[in-house]
Amino acid sequence: MKKTDTPSQPPETRTARENQRDSIWQALLVPVLAVVTGLLLGGVVILASGANPLEAYGALFTGSFGKPANLIAGLGILFSTGENAALIKAIYPFTESLVIATPYIFAGLSVAIGFRCGLFNIGAEGQFFIGALCSAFVGYSLKGLPMIVHLPLAIMGGALGGALWGMIPGYLKARFGAHEVVNTIMMNWIAFRLSDWLLSGPMKASGFRPVTPNVLATAELPRFFSAPLRFNLGFFIALLAAYLVYWFLFKTTLGFEIRAVGANPDAAKYAGMNIIRNFVLVMALAGALAGLAGTAQVLGVDHWVGQGFSAGYGFDAIAIALLGKSHPAGVVMAALLFGFLRGGATNMQSMAGIPIDIISIIQGLVIVFIAAPGIIRWIYRIRAIKTETTVLTRGWGS
Amino acid sequence: MTNVLELKGITKRFPGVLANDKIDITLREGKILALLGENGAGKTTLMNILYGLYKPDEGSISVRGQEVDIHSPNDAILQGIGMVHQHFMLVPVMTVTENVMLGIEPTKNGIFLDKEKVANRIREISDQYGLEVDPNAYIKDLPVGIQQRVEIIKVLYRQANILILDEPTAVLTPQEVEGLFKIIDTLIKSGKSIIFITHKLKEVLAVADDITVLRLGKVVGSIDPKEATSKKLAVMMVGRDVNLVVDKKPASPAEPVLVVENLYVRDERQNLTVQGVSFDVRKGEVLGIAGVQGNGQTELVYALTGLLPLEEGTIRLLNEPILRTTPRNILERGVAHIPEDRQRHGLILSFPIHDNLMLCTYYKKPFANGVSLQEKIIYSNAEDLVEQFDVRTPNIYVNAGTLSGGNQQKVIVAREFSRPIEVLIASQPTRGLDVGSIEYIHKQIIKKRDEGTGVLVVSSELDEILSLSDRIAVMYKGQIMGILEAKTATKEQLGLLMAGVHLAETTQS
Repeated sequence: MKKTDTPSQPPETRTARENQRDSIWQALLVPVLAVVTGLLLGGVVILASGANPLEAYGALFTGSFGKPANLIAGLGILFSTGENAALIKAIYPFTESLVIATPYIFAGLSVAIGFRCGLFNIGAEGQFFIGALCSAFVGYSLKGLPMIVHLPLAIMGGALGGALWGMIPGYLKARFGAHEVVNTIMMNWIAFRLSDWLLSGPMKASGFRPVTPNVLATAELPRFFSAPLRFNLGFFIALLAAYLVYWFLFKTTLGFEIRAVGANPDAAKYAGMNIIRNFVLVMALAGALAGLAGTAQVLGVDHWVGQGFSAGYGFDAIAIALLGKSHPAGVVMAALLFGFLRGGATNMQSMAGIPIDIISIIQGLVIVFIAAPGIIRWIYRIRAIKTETTVLTRGWGS
Repeated sequence: MTNVLELKGITKRFPGVLANDKIDITLREGKILALLGENGAGKTTLMNILYGLYKPDEGSISVRGQEVDIHSPNDAILQGIGMVHQHFMLVPVMTVTENVMLGIEPTKNGIFLDKEKVANRIREISDQYGLEVDPNAYIKDLPVGIQQRVEIIKVLYRQANILILDEPTAVLTPQEVEGLFKIIDTLIKSGKSIIFITHKLKEVLAVADDITVLRLGKVVGSIDPKEATSKKLAVMMVGRDVNLVVDKKPASPAEPVLVVENLYVRDERQNLTVQGVSFDVRKGEVLGIAGVQGNGQTELVYALTGLLPLEEGTIRLLNEPILRTTPRNILERGVAHIPEDRQRHGLILSFPIHDNLMLCTYYKKPFANGVSLQEKIIYSNAEDLVEQFDVRTPNIYVNAGTLSGGNQQKVIVAREFSRPIEVLIASQPTRGLDVGSIEYIHKQIIKKRDEGTGVLVVSSELDEILSLSDRIAVMYKGQIMGILEAKTATKEQLGLLMAGVHLAETTQS
């Protein structure tokens, strides 16, 4: 294609597609190996605890995907008798994993979009709570609306609440240079205590438990199967959000700015970009996405908000964004992985007697390997190649 | 005469690159070997091997006829090899003594630092070689030239007798370079041997006893300085004829396009680094700003391009004052900026070339339609510019960080020249570039001048200023010491201005 006579470049010519394929392969290599290594080491831990790793992982698999035999049998019954109860039972584990993955996708996108701009959003957990509370409020307080109006309003309420919660640290950083890590953590605590107060007072349902009233049916995300399957529209909205984030980051001028600010703020300033505005915008978007995670959980799964409502989704989201290399497609894959791990964990505990915490250990190991890819490269003797490095966040002095 | 150091068949491979290919070099005792080569020729790799930072794939190193293994800088020091790095390795808030003793701290009674002993030794070394360094001075208070001497003392303190000087003149004024050459002379007289790494041809001719030229990781040849000329060396270095002097017609300056009046600028640490600077740049001329690095040139350019706010003063562009000095506003009014630090400001290294080629205009047609980026146009724009500006790259999709320095600079030049501009501000436009790229960038700048652009070139390389400029302003401690016609300015006069002597005094002498 072009003359190549300097020694620092390999002399072959390559197409964009080859290049892209290589970089995708490169991007996938370490995360996949990290997961594999995490599972292997997790197996060692299981072994050390006196159980059989194969049995444990078998239970994990059937707990998260279901038993293939049941699925075939269920299909057979459906075709021969028209009865779908067996099939629904067979696909229950799989759909339940997707249900768990849904808020993970949203929250992972939240942290990832922050990373893309060089911001570390530790506040997804707080934004998740605020989003959940706002969507619940819209969901139970507005009465008499048709679903086509009520559901979008409730979703928007959750997104806006989260956006506001994210925007505050963004503004504090832009205006006063206050570090977003400190302020998002602070906002988390405010969100936790605020929700405690709201749930025990203003938003409390009648009765004595500190929970909100149920959202109205018109604000619920529609479910695709009858109970007990909770699989709902939220999963597909999450996938749509991932696509939109991808489009926004990589196909628009606004996303270009965000990525430029994240990759090299000095060059972004040189090119005339407004760094401060990007900080506020990104934190608002990150907040909205985390808010949608809470919203999906309320409107799609629980239908009410109680104390300790989030199972740490906002914090796991940091791991998901890291594992997904802050790319929307990577985030979806990482969120699905976490969904399946969490989904299968209960089964693993009951079937194989392995404490559910082993899943946390495996997740922790995976995160260590992602954060220190040198370990993976060393184990598998992979040569480090200069590829695009996403600046996750800069130091305290920045 | 013995060979104090011999490298034989040194080969070093990096993934995809043969950095050193069977390199043989010989350093004679008490002599200066100049190692000449463009960036990327493999000089630094070779010296890092010698200093124990890299392990060679093949080849051997002999010190005084004995083959040695050097695995770390400590091994190198034990063999009497010392290195003065291009970027000084000094702790600014510590004294000279403390810096020299870092790593080999002698103690009194086992626990207390014996600074006095080190300070005395520094005084001895300083007297012996005429270095004139005060052991109790803080590094941050010392001028760059003296800091370099501290680096030399560090090496001598560790009893090195083979000194490697890596691009030692890059940061010095012409007068300081003279001083350095005197020190080198004293060192040689007392029996030290020196490897002098550089890409500046004139220096090589001035000091070297032997010259070895590297190109693309190979030894091109050795040449006796008596037979060498700048022209010959340049051809060896680059592998083809190069034009060392910029061909240019006399300028035909017209009306001023950029007028700067009484400019005061504070740097990021709030020091007033530009203090009352005024000048104008006319259409179709090159105004050069000379000066030793760190005399306010950087901040001046930052202020002119919106990267730092003005403390006071006005900037007028095409007779209209710029009221809001934001980068975007200045950029849109037709100012192009080749920044001093190409990797910090000029490029996003982790972005592909095609994105870097529209970094300043991404939001405008044709690159954007509304908020939607037009990828096809971005790609075809990049293909055109890469072709037109001869950027050597496998394709437009690789990251800018994979390019060599010269090609990175070409990307910036291509981007800045591809939009309509009235004024070009080029700061250290060829810093760290090889001869071939320097020639190319200079040609492009003169071409822009001839098209009627007002050009401001800031450089600490006097040769560059002299060959590009039509007028020369010299900056010292945030002020302009004088503006000279380039035709009549001499290096000596400029050197004095750069050292803070007033214009009137320079013409008297």
